[in-house]
Amino acid sequence: MTHSTSASAQDTRPPGPWRMALRSLRRNRSAVFSLGVLVFLAIASLLAPYYARYVAHTDPFVSNVAGSIMLNGQEVDIMQPNDNLLHLGLSPIGPTWHGSYLLGADSQGRDVAARLLYGGRNSLLISFCSAALCLVLAAVVGIAAGFCGGIVDIILSRMMDIMWSVPVYLFAISLSIVTLSDGLHLGPFIIESDNLILPICIIALVYVPYAARPIRGRVMALREAEFVMAARCLGVPRWRIVLQDILPNVTSTLVVLGPLIMAMSLLAESALSFLSIGVQAPAASWGTLIQDGEGLIYTRPMVAIAPGLAIVAVVLALNILGDGLRDALDVRDASHREQ
Amino acid sequence: MKTSGKSAPILDVCDLYKTYRLPRRQELKAVDGVSFSVMPGEVLGIVGESGCGKSTLGRCLLKLTPATSGQVLFEGRDITHLPERTLRPLRQRMQMVFQDSYASLNPRRRIGDLLAEPLKVHPDAQGHKRSSAAIATRLQELMELVSLPTTALARYPHEFSGGQRQRINIARAIALSPQLIVADEPVSALDVSVQAQIINLFADLQKQLGLTYIFIAHDLAVVRQISNRVAVMYLGRIVEIGDADAVLHTPAHPYTAALTAAIPRPVTGLARPVPLQGDVPSPINRPSGCRFHTRCPYMQTRCQEEDPILHPIDDSGHEVACHFPLSPVASATHCNG
Repeated sequence: MTHSTSASAQDTRPPGPWRMALRSLRRNRSAVFSLGVLVFLAIASLLAPYYARYVAHTDPFVSNVAGSIMLNGQEVDIMQPNDNLLHLGLSPIGPTWHGSYLLGADSQGRDVAARLLYGGRNSLLISFCSAALCLVLAAVVGIAAGFCGGIVDIILSRMMDIMWSVPVYLFAISLSIVTLSDGLHLGPFIIESDNLILPICIIALVYVPYAARPIRGRVMALREAEFVMAARCLGVPRWRIVLQDILPNVTSTLVVLGPLIMAMSLLAESALSFLSIGVQAPAASWGTLIQDGEGLIYTRPMVAIAPGLAIVAVVLALNILGDGLRDALDVRDASHREQ
Repeated sequence: MKTSGKSAPILDVCDLYKTYRLPRRQELKAVDGVSFSVMPGEVLGIVGESGCGKSTLGRCLLKLTPATSGQVLFEGRDITHLPERTLRPLRQRMQMVFQDSYASLNPRRRIGDLLAEPLKVHPDAQGHKRSSAAIATRLQELMELVSLPTTALARYPHEFSGGQRQRINIARAIALSPQLIVADEPVSALDVSVQAQIINLFADLQKQLGLTYIFIAHDLAVVRQISNRVAVMYLGRIVEIGDADAVLHTPAHPYTAALTAAIPRPVTGLARPVPLQGDVPSPINRPSGCRFHTRCPYMQTRCQEEDPILHPIDDSGHEVACHFPLSPVASATHCNG
């Protein structure tokens, strides 16, 4: 904050563009509800260990095929005979709608509800981090390409086009298989194949072109904006223009892209984990949970449906939130509405 | 009018071209060989229809857009080939006010920060970095000069009306005490009553600070109010330039005559001249010969073949690019019907 503004600042500081956006977002009920859903799921996931210990009374990472639980005063085996005609084979217990095994067990007798919360931790963490990393990379690439133009733009844009031309899942799968086979060796640094940094980086990387292109477009428009022209006319150095005129005006684009990229990252993470090339067993993610449930889809559909619904809920909420942010951040639009 | 004929021109433009390359080997000549000079303390109005290259010319003058060829001499120094680093100290002495008062202020910064920016970037007269106290004092002075309350410094651009925002833009332009200000249609986006206030502000500041203006507009009434000299542009070239009274009252170019005739006048009952037919031709395929011949009521065969050059028609510095310039009497009758 400069001397000038603090000197003349009063108790009733006029609301800045960000505060106005926040106000407008608060009036948007569906966006607020979506944010609530996301916060609830995030907190619930963070509380996974407490749920496992005090509510479910199980360790969701240990196979419990031979165990049994007390249900309505009766002892019930976790693995039960199939209720098909021949009563052949065993199925895990279905949803009990009680504390333990709320959503039933998976094929190894582990509590699906507890694993769902543990999976949420990984899924949300990976999708959030990869979206953040992706936006940072995309901002650097987009601003460099859009502001410098010329040869820098040509090189960066063609690189983005090449990445774009490979289907995103195929790209992510190839990168995952390469790095997962025996970790990633970067000189003296070795990243083990079960490190979450690997899926985070891979997913961030594959979505960079999707975020960089709109940022580049925005920067190109901003570069020709009259206030950038005015700054150049005042003799403001280029780096200062980037930091003070370009970046703050790109931030709204980044904030709007954030939830959308996070939704795409979540889907990509789930897909990779479903294919066993994302989060590695015994760790859980919503993708690995769906894979666990795949074999039980006819007898115990809840094992696959529960994480599926969680993914749907988060992706929907992120998209609605993204739309709400886009409407709220349109400063110019808001000021025009006032006039 | 030769204003202060002894002193050197503050700005000298020689044969300036700005060509945009388009797909399929087409070229758009936005500025097509423009030469003029501006004396210190003078107000040169540049008028023309939209798309005639006025704004591009304005931006080329301050090297915001690189010119394709030609020279712009600011205080005798060619700035067209200076690298930005060398040009930066010179930028303190030449500033610009833009048309869109909203688009020319960064919506995410407070007015105080916007106005302090030039003071932070450039050192003061002694070459020292300005202290924040010095900047604060200067900001108070600036707000006084443009008649805005100092409380405005803590506000954001969207909280102001168009006229107030243009005052802020003017304050930023004069922050470094420049000699030359290029005003690119500074009032055309404003209400008529506000236009008058802003033009008066420009006039007051010129008197107080001894500024030189290049005042770009498409409104002849606006230009007449503030300019000593007027240049009329058509399709990227100056077709008539001279003393404001001479150009606007006894226009020698048929295009200027048509423009002045189009100004609404309070006098009624007089026969009005026929307005110009058609639109400005495309600057991509501009007409051969005189660029105005497609719309000129006095067109002759020579006009289709030979491009007229700017030549003086009297000794007052009134120059016109026309093979058959209107005589003062003829143009007066043409004007009044």
